[in-house]
Amino acid sequence: MSSSPNPAVTDPLRLHVPEPSARPGEATDFSYLQLSPAGAVDKPALDVTASQTTPLTTQLVRVLDDNGDAVGPWAADIDDEVLRQAMHAMLKTRAYDARMLIAQRQKKTSFYIQCLGEEAIAVGQTLALREGDMQFPTYRQQGILITKGVSLVDMMCQVLSNAADPLKGRQLPIMYSYKDAGFFSISGNLTTQYIQAVGWAMASAIKGDTKIATAWVGDGATAEGDFHAALVFGHVYRAPVILNVVNNQWAISTFQAIAGGENTTFAARGAAYGIPSLRVDGNDLLAVYAVSRWAAERARSNLGATMIEWVTYRAGPHSTSDDPSKYRPADDAQHFPLGDPIERLKAHMIKRGLWSDEQHEQARSEYDAEIARALKEAETHGLLGSDNRPGAADMFNDVYKDMPEHLRRQRQQLGV
Amino acid sequence: MSQNDTQTTGGAPMTMIQALRSAMDVMLERDENVVAFGQDVGYFGGVFRCTDGLQAKYGKQRVFDAPISESGIAGAAIGMAAYGLRPVAEIQFADYIYPAYDQIVSEAARLRYRSGGMFSAPLVFRTPCGGGIYGGQTHSQSPEAIFAHVAGLRTVMPSNPYDAKGLLIASIENDDPVIFLEPKRLYNGPFDGHHDRPVTAWSKHADNVVPEGYYTVPLDKAAVVREGKAVTILTYGTTVWVAQAAAEDAGIDAEVIDLRSLWPLDLDAIVASVKKTGRCIVLHEATRTCGFGAELVALVQEHCFYHLEAPVERVTGWDTPYPHAQEWDYFPGPARVIDAMHRVLED
Ligand SMILES: Cc1ncc(C[n+]2csc(CCOP(=O)(O)OP(=O)(O)O)c2C)c(N)n1
Repeated sequence: MSSSPNPAVTDPLRLHVPEPSARPGEATDFSYLQLSPAGAVDKPALDVTASQTTPLTTQLVRVLDDNGDAVGPWAADIDDEVLRQAMHAMLKTRAYDARMLIAQRQKKTSFYIQCLGEEAIAVGQTLALREGDMQFPTYRQQGILITKGVSLVDMMCQVLSNAADPLKGRQLPIMYSYKDAGFFSISGNLTTQYIQAVGWAMASAIKGDTKIATAWVGDGATAEGDFHAALVFGHVYRAPVILNVVNNQWAISTFQAIAGGENTTFAARGAAYGIPSLRVDGNDLLAVYAVSRWAAERARSNLGATMIEWVTYRAGPHSTSDDPSKYRPADDAQHFPLGDPIERLKAHMIKRGLWSDEQHEQARSEYDAEIARALKEAETHGLLGSDNRPGAADMFNDVYKDMPEHLRRQRQQLGV
Repeated sequence: MSQNDTQTTGGAPMTMIQALRSAMDVMLERDENVVAFGQDVGYFGGVFRCTDGLQAKYGKQRVFDAPISESGIAGAAIGMAAYGLRPVAEIQFADYIYPAYDQIVSEAARLRYRSGGMFSAPLVFRTPCGGGIYGGQTHSQSPEAIFAHVAGLRTVMPSNPYDAKGLLIASIENDDPVIFLEPKRLYNGPFDGHHDRPVTAWSKHADNVVPEGYYTVPLDKAAVVREGKAVTILTYGTTVWVAQAAAEDAGIDAEVIDLRSLWPLDLDAIVASVKKTGRCIVLHEATRTCGFGAELVALVQEHCFYHLEAPVERVTGWDTPYPHAQEWDYFPGPARVIDAMHRVLED
């Protein structure tokens, strides 16, 4: 003991600025993730209270163990067919990303965002939902569209901003919109859709409907005010919504600790707002599906919102405009302890006799070929910057339902 | 009284508050997709009583209280509208709309455009605005310019109970997002800027008749509230009454146009009037620089240049935050309008 009762008060203050454990050339210490063994975390009753889930928000729901076996209370009750669909959708999503990345490098378009390593989350949740539910995605849930079987050519035309772009060239690549597929229009402004999803869910409840909404946000974007608003509204009105936080550890160059993840979890926030919350292995398709289905059932039973933090890793660059080797170890993804979602599901399905290496390779090459064909077809409608693009006159449409006088005049000024 | 574009019969005097309430009552009755919510909007009926009794009549599923989160209110309203409801969301004071600005500008205004028409946001943000009530910095602002500037929004401001009801019904029925600004100084009676004189309630205004039932006042249509030949005064909200008082006080044959819809606006009405008078004053409470008046001046210059006989004048709030003690030094009252008319008529 020092003589002063409280020596700290005489020391100069210091601003704490969190850092990742490793920078380029170093090795990340992933112990901060606090993993639970597969099967170790309870499956609570549907009508669990938020405070009852508080202990779970520092644990990690996992189904697949290191041997590829499905274990524990969340393992039961997953159809073989769902696993096959999931595997196909994940492979297709990965193939799509790979091809579109090349298309961007070939300057066929200006920009692309992959979801490499995060495929299980969007795919698994989509399979747990019903027709008519509405998802409010970020730019990293293309897996939803692919699971729903949206036309690849159509999606590519949006990325290429060509004459057949369903959004008529008005939107940056990957900011898709598919109402019929339950995929809300993506905005460039982070987190705005999170509270909108809650509003949509409130509307469904107001109308006595049976549809639910899902909200999506990344770890970095949880720091936006709309995240807080969504949690408050979701809790207050017991909205039938699944509040997803995809914690891929990174927001561009910023480690999740700068978003407020140090010594806490994002799931803990949900519980603190009065929303039952879980922290789940995002690279474990079985866990994703089981927890999503549980949350959907809660929502559909009028039990209100559920928050789910999906622990995963952004294996690729943030976008085609980003170079992660400038801020994190180049081989980080390979050391991420939750591995790769496709490899893990593959091991499990092979073990169950639902899949084989041959089927895997065959599916992969079929998707590569299908996607190459789709891109070829999409390119017949034009590339970004080509003459084969949405007409300039269309620039003035859809600002309002009916074109007002001033836009009519401006269109005439442009001579279109 | 303004031009009424929908034929209606009967009716009784209403305050602007009652008229707005009546508009919501009518629309809640007519369209089961209409919902009204906001801070203190439900049980209590709103801090200005504009939603008084609506929750009791339509239930908590249709009319309800909201947390104190403007971005939350706006974001939830957009989600509801995307679902297919027609939310009428209240922001307690226009001065507090800024936390919702991202949702309004980045989302509500652009949803239709960015989704290729797939999604839309047919909603109304009602919010009390304007000064003249000793509201100080955060109960007096007129932020219309920052909304009129945004592609995809409609910005509307009534100046009397009849228009308030008809414009609000039209706004709720409109499929575009509408910023519906309500000059709170006009809630209980017209105000012409003569703060030293007693104010008469709307009930004492002989021509204030508001039909009980459904009617609309079309958006994008201005009203000539005072015909004249000497000078055109383009204005809206509380200063519609200030302009008319100034013209009477000075005995000047001014034509006063109440824009009603700020954007998109009724350019034809403006151009016809300025071409007739050859002179123009733009009058608003909001601060001057980059205020909505600047757009009006530019439009008049573009469309009426060869008919203008004097520079277009602007009478506006000063480029300061809205002060408390200096309320009447700030508020653009009749005296400042008269000075401007004299300057414009000298040329
Ligand atoms: C309101 C807003 N601020 C900043 C940006 C720029 N921006 C785009 S993506 C991004 C990082 C988001 O990270 P995170 O939420 O973790 O999601 P991830 O990209 O990892 O999926 C930023 C800062 C933006 N699009 N919107």
